Amino acid sequence: MAINYKIPEYDVLRDPQRCIACRVCERQCANEVHAFDPESGTMRSDESKCVNCHRCVTLCPTHALKIVKNPDTFRLSAYWKQSDIGEIYAQADTGGMLLSSMGNPKPYPIYWDKMLINASQVTNPSIDPLREPMETRTFLGKKPGRIERNADGSIKTAGLPPQLKLEVPILFSAMSYGSISYNAHASLARAARELGTYYNTGEGGLHEDFYEYGPNTIVQVASGRFGVHPDYLKTGAAIEIKIGQGAKPGIGGHLPGAKITDAVSRTRMIPKGTDAISPAPHHDIYSIEDLRQLVFSLKEATEYQKPVIVKIAAVHNVAAIASGIAAQRRGYHCH
Amino acid sequence: MQKEGQIRIPSGCAITGVISKSGERFSGETAIRSIEPMHDRSNGLGGGFAAYGIYPKNRDLYAFHVFYDSVRAKEECEAALQTSFDVSAAEKIPTRRMPQITDEPAIWRYFALPYDKLLQSTGLDEREFVAQFVVKINTQIPGAYVFSSGKNMGVFKAVGFPEDVGRYYRLEDYEGYCWTAHGRYPTNTPGWWGGAHPFSLLDYTVVHNGEISSYDANRRWIEMFGYRCTLLTDTEAITYIIDYLNRRHGLSLKETAEVIAAPFWNEIDSMSPEDRKRYTYLRNIFSGLLITGPFSILLGFTGGMMALNDRLKLRSMVVGEKGDRVYVASEECAIRTVEPTLDRLWSPRGGEPVIVRVNEGVRV
Ligand code: SF4
Ligand code: SF4
Repeated sequence: MAINYKIPEYDVLRDPQRCIACRVCERQCANEVHAFDPESGTMRSDESKCVNCHRCVTLCPTHALKIVKNPDTFRLSAYWKQSDIGEIYAQADTGGMLLSSMGNPKPYPIYWDKMLINASQVTNPSIDPLREPMETRTFLGKKPGRIERNADGSIKTAGLPPQLKLEVPILFSAMSYGSISYNAHASLARAARELGTYYNTGEGGLHEDFYEYGPNTIVQVASGRFGVHPDYLKTGAAIEIKIGQGAKPGIGGHLPGAKITDAVSRTRMIPKGTDAISPAPHHDIYSIEDLRQLVFSLKEATEYQKPVIVKIAAVHNVAAIASGIAAQRRGYHCH
Repeated sequence: MQKEGQIRIPSGCAITGVISKSGERFSGETAIRSIEPMHDRSNGLGGGFAAYGIYPKNRDLYAFHVFYDSVRAKEECEAALQTSFDVSAAEKIPTRRMPQITDEPAIWRYFALPYDKLLQSTGLDEREFVAQFVVKINTQIPGAYVFSSGKNMGVFKAVGFPEDVGRYYRLEDYEGYCWTAHGRYPTNTPGWWGGAHPFSLLDYTVVHNGEISSYDANRRWIEMFGYRCTLLTDTEAITYIIDYLNRRHGLSLKETAEVIAAPFWNEIDSMSPEDRKRYTYLRNIFSGLLITGPFSILLGFTGGMMALNDRLKLRSMVVGEKGDRVYVASEECAIRTVEPTLDRLWSPRGGEPVIVRVNEGVRV
């Protein structure tokens, strides 16, 4: 590593009394923190590469390792915190934009976590929940404008446009395979089936192992079109066209080549090791008419058996966009 | 103080109703005497009656009952009426001066039919045309309020205790084959006459006791189809829901009840495949019309009456039978007062509609 101003976040403490120089840590650390020095016959560490995954700590046979927060600091003030200075150095060093995933790296308040939904005195008089149970089953899908009847006068229940049945009115957010792991996708699929709702493939296609969860899967078609083919579309319970995402509205995606392993490459239908770039817009959709064409291509490909959802983020002018989408007589949309 | 339409006013209530299955007409005195013992269920801030079969001479004409707050409102409303309708009679509704009833608006009654040519040019069915006309008057002419608009039936309502309201309107002088009545207990109201029950559209009238929890969900849904919930009362929303399902979608009354007081999903899931399909279909298609929270309603319509409780039966409601008469009331005393010896008396289960119609062949 070239010399720079960055302060390593963690310190690797090795107890020389305990270490037997077995080199397990060296083999186990994916970041090449540990190295054996043949001259002295002892272990060395480059803590600037350590991400505190704790693998070496767990596997060290003599419990010689500890990873601790590095107490070294910049000259700090209430305004310039360690993270601010560190990020400026990191940006200056690489020229890149710093992105964080998995929640919020700063202590901004998360209001959702502070909300308590207390279903008390829903009716007047207040009655206990055993006498007025809450029902959460919800159906999504186009409803007929008229009730039709069979020859015997009974209501015709067959022939409804495709409907999604949710036991709880919560759909899992889209996260693609490749950006999250195989096991994470497996968990989402199993949880969706267990709860009677739907998870969403995101734009990374659907791993062949998860086709069995099709009835609880919403398959996504996004700007990168990764992993989209007829079987994929037909396997899902519904198809979602992602126009904008809630997590980072107006921004596309970039999965570095290093993450495109064999399985991800197969699922995404792109060569191994290449970057997977999703542009911010779909390059074939620049207007509502273009969107309509994609909707009908997908409906044709699935013989009108699947609802097509258009996902937009709740952004400026969202009402007009949503009503434009609804006016195309699509199944429905969400954001 | 704000009136109905500017603020949502919850209220408790008393309801009663009686129908003769043979179509025999009897005076409004029965309905007045029946609601009277439930005096304490109202607080003098609203009472009303719906009567069916009271205008046999004009049975084929729409009978509009209208409240006017001003001369100007009357002029505007009559002008609108005359543009669209052939009006064959216009008269003040007879009332009796009594100290208990104050602040009365001008109360008029018109018998009319839409002009044929106009009706044809709109392409609407006659009832839809009339319904739209009523909604238009009530939302667009300030100070005019059409509170009854069916054929051979009428609504009479006012601010006051229901028994006083009945006597004020001289209901003993009318004869009908079916009567429903309502006493209101609003938590606050400036005493606007239009806010009293029954609420009606065409020949549908609803008297209602309860306080529905799903009001806003129901209102949002029904307003997508051209209705305007201007009064912000549960009863108004229920009336529109019934009109929408029964008249516009052609659902039977039983099916209508299956939508608004639908069984729970766990009950539906264990039904026979046929029932399960029907209930699932109805709950899916009309999900926003499920009414939750306590209610007991009496729906009046030409030729019959339907009583319905919420699916948990959170409001009292009993049904009694004697000969060809069927009685429904919040309390048994309301029935016993007018018919001490009953053939049968029972309490319908929550969500189970009791539909009574006049016998086959009876002219209504
Ligand atoms: S694993 Fe533990 S004992 Fe082995 S070389 Fe590393 S620190 Fe030393
Ligand atoms: S904690 Fe992880 S990254 Fe750090 S040295 Fe150990 S194995 Fe390497």
